[in-house]
Amino acid sequence: MAISLTHKAAERVEKYLKNRGKGLGLRLGVKTTGCSGMAYTLEFVDEALPEDQVFESYGIKIMIDPKSLVYIDGTELDFEKEGLNEGFKFNNPNVKAECGCGESFTV
Amino acid sequence: MALLQIAEPGQSTLPHQHKLAVGIDLGTTNSLVASVQSGLPTILKDMDEHKLIPSIVYYGKNETKVGQAALPYLSTDAKNTIVSVKRFMGHALSDIQYRESLPYEFNGSSADIQIKTPQGYKHPIEISSDILKKLKDTAEVSLCGEITGAVITVPAYFDDAQRQATKDAAKLAGLNVLRLINEPTAAAVAYGLDQKKEGTFVIYDLGGGTFDISILKLHKGVFEVLATNGHPHLGGDDFDQAIAEMIRQENQLDLLSHEDKRSLITHAKTLKEKLTESSSDTFFKATHDLVQKTIQPIRRALSDAKLSIDSIDGIVMVGGATRMPHIQSEIKNFFKKDLLNDLDPDEVVAQGAARQAHTLAGNKSDQDLLLLDVTPLSLGIETMGSLVEKIIHRNSTIPIAKAQEFTTYKDGQTAMTIHVLQGERERVSDCRSLANFTLTGIPPMVAGAAKIRVTFQIDADGLLSVSASELSTNKETTMTVKPSYGLSEEQITSMLKQSFEKASEDKEIRALGEAKIEGEQIITAVQNALNKNGSQLLSDDEIKKIESAMLLLSSSLKLNNPDLIISHTKNLNALTESFAAMLMDESVDKALKGQSIDKVNL
Repeated sequence: MAISLTHKAAERVEKYLKNRGKGLGLRLGVKTTGCSGMAYTLEFVDEALPEDQVFESYGIKIMIDPKSLVYIDGTELDFEKEGLNEGFKFNNPNVKAECGCGESFTV
Repeated sequence: MALLQIAEPGQSTLPHQHKLAVGIDLGTTNSLVASVQSGLPTILKDMDEHKLIPSIVYYGKNETKVGQAALPYLSTDAKNTIVSVKRFMGHALSDIQYRESLPYEFNGSSADIQIKTPQGYKHPIEISSDILKKLKDTAEVSLCGEITGAVITVPAYFDDAQRQATKDAAKLAGLNVLRLINEPTAAAVAYGLDQKKEGTFVIYDLGGGTFDISILKLHKGVFEVLATNGHPHLGGDDFDQAIAEMIRQENQLDLLSHEDKRSLITHAKTLKEKLTESSSDTFFKATHDLVQKTIQPIRRALSDAKLSIDSIDGIVMVGGATRMPHIQSEIKNFFKKDLLNDLDPDEVVAQGAARQAHTLAGNKSDQDLLLLDVTPLSLGIETMGSLVEKIIHRNSTIPIAKAQEFTTYKDGQTAMTIHVLQGERERVSDCRSLANFTLTGIPPMVAGAAKIRVTFQIDADGLLSVSASELSTNKETTMTVKPSYGLSEEQITSMLKQSFEKASEDKEIRALGEAKIEGEQIITAVQNALNKNGSQLLSDDEIKKIESAMLLLSSSLKLNNPDLIISHTKNLNALTESFAAMLMDESVDKALKGQSIDKVNL
């Protein structure tokens, strides 16, 4: 299994990293809070951690800690537009239920 | 499913706790709203994909239209379609020039500006809040959530009344104002100049109808506005007219109808926009004077900030009109430096405001950005002799708090009037009166014994509060100054200009005023002492000498010669020196009489 980006998401991440002027890549993670158990986190990475699992997709490095990986392994990160809103979306095959807003989920 | 944005390392928020903060460029002609998304300031578009929202509000009988939707009403119902409301903010009706040339019907019986519409009288704050509401709705639809806070930009020269009016409008629109920041500061932030260590930057802002120049100094990550200058009626529109005039002359067209003139200007505007790629000689000639008009304010701002061209580290170009290549080349030549112009000049101010909002809302903690603004004019209070004592000086960085102690002028004085003034001149009548309040309950004491501390505080939004407290009783009176009307940039400029021109006259006035007060005070003190103890302590001859010196001094007070007053004051002082010593001894004697030594506080 692995973590990957869609082409559209990779383009966006590349643009944001370039604008930011620094950063090794993208960190995906899971926090055990939220209205439906767990919540995704999405951050820039300035420092890789020794325990990080590193994936690469369209040239973008994706870091993830092993504890989070078990909840989101196989996830493809997409970039979408919904009306005027735009942002990243986790397509996570492990999800059994998610809250209405999609910011948190259970596996 | 919700769409996520990338956060800074360690800054991911819990679900449903994203703080959506926006930056708003509330412009005279157009307004924009922006938000930081995945670290990138992004202009938010409305339903019709527009980024620039015209600052126009139409009031119909049953409907209010804002922005693009209000545009068509400009030609069909100009009376109820309000444009450029920013020029009315914080002003009184009497401040509005050329009122008759405006299509609006003002309420003549109110000192406030009130425009008659089918929905009743509308105050500029209400009209402005309708624009802000539109921007807020645009942002909330675009970001899919409620806005927790906004940073709104205002011109650097906006005074207290204009800033307060802007805040009131935001409040009315249901926006939580995180901060008002100056437009040039926002532009500097958009270019990331705040990330540098030090530097002095010029912000050249040529909009549709106004020209503003600001000099910012960055020191240890803190921005300070060193000077501002500009032209309230100079912008892209004037360039269009200059080109139209050139076409008219070249083609020997005279006596154009109003409609023909309008279409010629529209034609000129198209021509100007086409010219932005290659600069043409004729166009250059036609508009050279106008570019030169922007150079004068730059020179003034530089001299105000006591800077030379060499000390400028960067020039930021703001406003759509700066796209014209010959403006770019002339400004580049003037400063002999490359310009910062790679961001969209229409968007930079909103982008900077968005960055600032993002930081203030707590979405970013590692580089706390602190922005400093300055007061455009000095603030102070009236002292004896109708002179102004400045407490906060012009171009002081805000927020700021300054206190100064004052005392009573008359024996047994129990109240003191605090007259708050704004301006650079020395005489009360030459400054602008902001507020008046009275501190009462001062315990009766001899003149000069009471200590009254007057504190001036200007908050981060430029609002002034003044408090006065009597130190022995701690009795305090405070008031926040929200002047009923504001000053235009022209007024500020002319007040500054006068203060430079009349500097030596003002110096004389102050010297004279101070000499007169000292003279009057010593006469009162000597007269009191003579009445009380004169005959016991002094010979008739001594009394006569003192009295004639007093007479000389009091007659000199009527002449406007400070040197003469000072010399007579000195004379009277010298004559009464031994008398004062005797009085002192006597009062010590009196105080000690009948007291055992251990009870005397030495």
